[in-house]
Amino acid sequence: MDFEPSSEQQMLIDQVRRYVREEIIPLEAKLDPDASELPPEDFKRLTDKTKAMGLFGIDIPREFGGPDIDIVTRVLLAIEMAQHRAGLYVPCYGTFGGAGLAQIFEANEGQKERYLYPTLRGEKKAFFGLTEPSGGSDPARAIQTRAERRDNGWVLNGAKIFISNADRAQYGIVFARTDASKGRGGITCFIVDSDTPGFHVRRVVHTLRSSHYATELEFKDCWVSDHQVLGEVNKGFAVANDRLTRQRIPYAAGCIGVAIAAHEMAVEWAKMRSTFGEKLANRQAVQWMLVDNEIDIRTARHFTLEAAEKARRGLPFRTEAAIAKLTASEGGGRVVDRAMQIHGGMGMTKDLPLERWYREMRIRRVGEGPSEVQRMVIAREILGSNLR
Amino acid sequence: MSIRLRLDKPWRPLAAEEVARLPGQLGVYQVGDAQGRVLFIGQAGARSPFGLRSELQRELAERGAGCQFRLEVNQQYRSRWFELLMVHQADHGRLPPDNAENPPPNLGRLSPS
Repeated sequence: MDFEPSSEQQMLIDQVRRYVREEIIPLEAKLDPDASELPPEDFKRLTDKTKAMGLFGIDIPREFGGPDIDIVTRVLLAIEMAQHRAGLYVPCYGTFGGAGLAQIFEANEGQKERYLYPTLRGEKKAFFGLTEPSGGSDPARAIQTRAERRDNGWVLNGAKIFISNADRAQYGIVFARTDASKGRGGITCFIVDSDTPGFHVRRVVHTLRSSHYATELEFKDCWVSDHQVLGEVNKGFAVANDRLTRQRIPYAAGCIGVAIAAHEMAVEWAKMRSTFGEKLANRQAVQWMLVDNEIDIRTARHFTLEAAEKARRGLPFRTEAAIAKLTASEGGGRVVDRAMQIHGGMGMTKDLPLERWYREMRIRRVGEGPSEVQRMVIAREILGSNLR
Repeated sequence: MSIRLRLDKPWRPLAAEEVARLPGQLGVYQVGDAQGRVLFIGQAGARSPFGLRSELQRELAERGAGCQFRLEVNQQYRSRWFELLMVHQADHGRLPPDNAENPPPNLGRLSPS
């Protein structure tokens, strides 16, 4: 496979690179180092700019008014979009927009009118409610939130944790067990409006991240109608699983972008900084750290583009997505760690973005399926799908 | 494991000698009137030269005598700040008066039990 960008892709890459360096990075000077939001006036100005660039709603399919950019190109752009202080999780502070939740594209027409189209217009926000206190890596078995038939609808009882945006969203997709006798074949996907009685956002879950937080949810006799079922009853897990697999590719790309930015900082610092009468760049210990950075970045980039290319061609990509997520999150974490080491004490301060990336990269080894789950997926491919 | 949502530490007088003893760490704080009504919920972030100490010194200089404060040292100063604002809004139906003048954009909603 040839992973060199085409001339059209390179033009888009250059455009996004200029945008990050000319528009995003200068704005960060007036923001708190942990901020993940821009002042509303800056956000408006920059979203207008990305719309003018034809890159707003980069994930939205053409049939819904999006720019219809293929996944390989989106990966290349995501690598660029992540190369600033708040790069992970909120690339360019959300100024490129977003498609909302992928599952909503599969909704019926009535649901699309009520949820999808307002989301694409930026009028509604959504959350994705899958993970529960009982576990996140094996959702098919861990889901204990129950939905029981009652009064032409369903009554939800249970809890979710590590759910982003639920406190600000107008609705969310919630996975609940509708048949206790079945594993993954007993889970249904519901659309729940945030003002539904019995739906509660109980608290912020504080983690290593400081700004883009997650929340804990409770469902207490929360009634939703049959019209709120997304897809078919007892077939909700396939919806969740497909999303989790697809999401791993852009998730990996974000890690690569941050790793590139951290590596560039380390190279510049090593050339500039002297200790004991010698530039850091002249010391083999530092050179080897930079070499390892380069190898980690190239490895992750190769595997992430390979996964994206397979997805673009409609080929199976589950194993490739797992390899991409694993190499990018673990390799990217090592790159940021080495960049901190090269920067010495300055690397630990909030004056530089390294400490923020270090914390966020650590989370990326757990989020979207931890490294161990990725290895499990890859092992199944090597050893055969019947492995238990 | 119990999780504490509200900042319920005892009030301390907002006075020069009290504030001078504060740590230069990151965290969140509340300023209240003499009756303990919360007037403002603030944060000492990475831009505060001496963390909580300099933020409360600024509060004292701007407000003068007669107020109280309480604080929490917290590395997750931003998410904890958002949480305290949302909890206050849920408890009282509005933000503290001095936050209401300049609320953070897109503040979410909590319904703490």
